[in-house]
Amino acid sequence: MALRSVSRKSLCLGLAVGQVRGLQSFSLPELPYDYGALEPVISKEIMQLHHLKHHQTYITNYNKALEQLDEALAKADSPSIVQLQSAIKFNGGGHINHSIFWKNLTPVREGGGEPPKASLGWAIDTQFGSLEVLIQRVNAEGAALQGSGWVWLALDKELKKLSIQTTANQDPLVTKGSALVPLFGIDVWEHAYYLQYKNVKADYLKNIWKVINWKYASEVYEKEIP
Amino acid sequence: MVVAVAAAAASSTRLTCALLPRQGLHGIQEPTPGLQWTNKKRCCTRKAGPTITAKLELKPPPYPLNALEPHMSQETLEYHWGKHHRGYVDNLNKQIIGTELDEMPLEDIIIATYNKGDILPPFNNAAQIWNHDFFWESMKPGGGGKPFGELLQLIERDFGSFEKFVEEFRSAASTQFGSGWAWLAYKANRLDVGNAENPRPSDEDKKLVVVKSPNAVNPLLWDYSPLLTIDVWEHAYYLDFQIRRPDYISTFMEKLVSWEAVSSRLEIAKAQATEREEEEKRKKEEKEVGISDNEAVEMYVDSKSDDSEAE
Repeated sequence: MALRSVSRKSLCLGLAVGQVRGLQSFSLPELPYDYGALEPVISKEIMQLHHLKHHQTYITNYNKALEQLDEALAKADSPSIVQLQSAIKFNGGGHINHSIFWKNLTPVREGGGEPPKASLGWAIDTQFGSLEVLIQRVNAEGAALQGSGWVWLALDKELKKLSIQTTANQDPLVTKGSALVPLFGIDVWEHAYYLQYKNVKADYLKNIWKVINWKYASEVYEKEIP
Repeated sequence: MVVAVAAAAASSTRLTCALLPRQGLHGIQEPTPGLQWTNKKRCCTRKAGPTITAKLELKPPPYPLNALEPHMSQETLEYHWGKHHRGYVDNLNKQIIGTELDEMPLEDIIIATYNKGDILPPFNNAAQIWNHDFFWESMKPGGGGKPFGELLQLIERDFGSFEKFVEEFRSAASTQFGSGWAWLAYKANRLDVGNAENPRPSDEDKKLVVVKSPNAVNPLLWDYSPLLTIDVWEHAYYLDFQIRRPDYISTFMEKLVSWEAVSSRLEIAKAQATEREEEEKRKKEEKEVGISDNEAVEMYVDSKSDDSEAE
């Protein structure tokens, strides 16, 4: 599969770079399903661009920024160290968020859209009233988000409470609270839906629930609250 | 965008109800109380009879939707102008109808709802309407090339060369993370510290700058005069360029920019800056005349200390 050679290639490059300084280099995680497997909810074209171009670009730029940071640290070049932070936050955040996102989605035939059961299902009913209410509120948050960002179903692992959060640009969920764990995120950057849904973000939000991977979300939940 | 009611006429009906500060775009900024904007329709008792509200209208680009092909597709214009821009207009109208923001000029709505950073809901729609009007007018069929005349002179003065300006503009547009805009703006004779007066103002303080802004923010909020903008929200280029924002920026610079529009905006900006300077000079002179009167009074009051020193 074409995928494997891409990741193997970048893995090799990563290792080659990494070994020089012992610096961890990041690479594109494989998509757990075919590019067309989420159709008709998310088109193959979008999945290919999103994974192979957008996510890969975040990783490439993240690695570059980290390399530059490494050099700046070695030279104790504080202005550079500080100046690099925004590129690291943006590109590193993009890598973190998209790595989670691919796992948050799954084809219908593999359980995409199947409502959560067990402890997560129960927590949702208790804290939101019903799954429908949760969906409505996530969609409302997603629709209201101005510009680029993400909507999350978050678990506060200390308070053991669910909440809906939004982050701007590529800020990871943890920037909203260090105890927050993402059960799933929905990318509401325009690149996530534009080719298919154009300006109608609401339709994208309405449809994405058909491929949300509640099984994975439950696993994450049960890991924090066994 | 067409606003039917003149601001001057509206002000007299608002004295009784709005706590809205009367900030003109280039007026002296007085300390403003919090903007009392709510969703409820104001209880202002206007004259009896139907209230005439100014409904903002979607202004079309100064060229047909296919005129920028092949550099910016008709499809892009149909969605970008026909859906996104139209949506901002429709949504703002819904938000402001019956409130004190209704009937205000768009630029005043933008500044009022920006609320010094504590953004109110209509801000995004209002600012995006303005930004998109400005964006369409920044382009023209057969655009690109180089600026000319005074604009080119100032660009060369403030950036070193036209090429260096282009580099800086492209960099701003590429590194605006997330949604936003890149701008060429005219910054007139202001220190960056509020309330400070530039003790030795000179023509050199007025300069061209490249800035970038997130989401709906624009340089009006920083009291700059925008001259040129490029929309770097993904919806502006995704249908034609997908992830390739740098290619979009190049195409914009090489094939779409209307330097005529930028030049005429510069003329207006300079005239406004001069006008404002003259008004400030006038105000300062009025203040100084006031002070010297006070000093005269104090001399008489303070005569006691003169006697003690003489001893």
